[in-house]
Amino acid sequence: MSVPRVDPLPTRIPGRKPLVGEFAFFVIALAWPFLVGSYGTGLITETLIFAIAAMSLDLLMGYGGLVSFGHAAFFGVGAYALALSGVKLGLNPWAGILIAVVTSAVAALVIGYFCVRVSGVAFFMLTLAFGQLLYSGAVKWRGITGGSDGVGGFARPQLAGVSLDDPMYMYFACLLAFALSLWLLRRIIGSQFGHALVGLRENETRMRALGYSTDRLKLCAFVISGMFAGFSGALYAIYNSFISPDALSFAQSGMFLLMVVLGGVGSLVGPAIGAAVFLLMKQFVSSHTEHWLLIVGLVFICCVMFFRSGIYGFLKQWRERGARA
Amino acid sequence: MTLLRVENLQKSFGSLNVTRDVTLDVQAGEKHVIIGPNGAGKTSLINQIGGQMMPDSGRVLIDGVDATRLAPEQRARLGLGRTFQKNTLFQRLSVFENVRLGVQARFGNSFDLAQKADSRTDVNARAREVLDLLRLTALAERRVASISYGDQRQLEIAVALAGDPRILLLDEPTSGLSPAETGQLIEIIRSLPARLGILMIEHDMEVVFSLADHITVLYYGEVLASDKPEAVAVNERVREVYLGASI
Repeated sequence: MSVPRVDPLPTRIPGRKPLVGEFAFFVIALAWPFLVGSYGTGLITETLIFAIAAMSLDLLMGYGGLVSFGHAAFFGVGAYALALSGVKLGLNPWAGILIAVVTSAVAALVIGYFCVRVSGVAFFMLTLAFGQLLYSGAVKWRGITGGSDGVGGFARPQLAGVSLDDPMYMYFACLLAFALSLWLLRRIIGSQFGHALVGLRENETRMRALGYSTDRLKLCAFVISGMFAGFSGALYAIYNSFISPDALSFAQSGMFLLMVVLGGVGSLVGPAIGAAVFLLMKQFVSSHTEHWLLIVGLVFICCVMFFRSGIYGFLKQWRERGARA
Repeated sequence: MTLLRVENLQKSFGSLNVTRDVTLDVQAGEKHVIIGPNGAGKTSLINQIGGQMMPDSGRVLIDGVDATRLAPEQRARLGLGRTFQKNTLFQRLSVFENVRLGVQARFGNSFDLAQKADSRTDVNARAREVLDLLRLTALAERRVASISYGDQRQLEIAVALAGDPRILLLDEPTSGLSPAETGQLIEIIRSLPARLGILMIEHDMEVVFSLADHITVLYYGEVLASDKPEAVAVNERVREVYLGASI
């Protein structure tokens, strides 16, 4: 009896799989700064930072089935928390990262408390509304946030004479942060909580009839997702030495959604690939035409129409087809 | 011992009374079957017991606890399990994972973020036991969407049983099944733990009379008769409105 082919995405929960892909990735990633110039290194540093945010959104969206259009809120809160803890409180930037994660967790707890009560389009709209609320807060509250001028002039973290001012060290720090986030998120998805989250995505009525507190599960996912987004935001602020309300804008939220869908919903690795493809596209297309968003839009439409499971899903299907032939 | 008690339950949508002053109870080890023509309010009654629908008045007591205003998940934690008339499964997950999630709800810890779900051997072992009981072991690794409708019907019961409920609500478990599949399902229901109190809706009279310890007949939301099967079979009013000449 032949075993029916399992849809590659987003049905599977990662179990034991050969780690060839990951291994190859980290070998190349470690050699990367020595192979390309500082421009290439900076580009990949940014990709790694955004990949963390995209993966965190995937936890909510791909595994929990909760499509949020306000993910930039937590990214931005993390970024501002890091910047302001340095500029206003004069704190060490390492403590700033911790504060960023905690602050975004608290923001996610408060916002999530309201959002998880609704689902579908209402959830989507409510997350958007909260995102816009924080955005206008950052623009209007000039005394603290500097309004649209943003916040700059905070120190980058240092450790034992090594400073993240050096792009090379910044790159390796982000690589480490990315690896750590991927490992943690996978671990969470493989846990009982992760399995319950997938159950929620598949059938909420059944989950409730089984005795699951679905609102609490959703809130927990929302907070974890927000924490990783905040972590990513803190790294982004460090990388740029500057933060402006753009990081909180709905365009930023849309960008995270695009990365996830482009790369492949519910696979973690997919959204990371999505982040890379999106930023590379932005980089190369925008150097040729100012209408780069038009091209990104077209690619996105093609992706949604022809590769429903994103780039990662497509690659996986292609490989499986190759293996069968 | 009374595991489930429904007292003077009322529910209406506008002028349509779907449940009219319904009172019934289910004892431990009892198989209580609800019958009635289409539109009699059988599923509405089950949904009010399960918490998917809220009654206008009356009470639902689960193991002596007033559950009338509780959410479905809170009722489940009091020991209530249920199946749905229309399969309510995790379609894209494996048969094993469907049952495992049912076990986890009661015996696992769904807020454990660190430990791998696979390493909860106690949860996995119970899931395998339930699959065995429902004769689904051979299908464990298959995706739900890829197994037959009859097997899905059985899985629906397996998932509900996974959390070891004391009361089980079965909403037309045999609907859409072939006679052979129906026969197997009756066997399975018979083999369920003896102390379990079962409240089930059923259309197939052969199934009803082969399983029931007690029958309640609903007619336009009202209890027409509630008695032992022998007594219901000869009840004049029931014969008039429902059973007709078929018995």
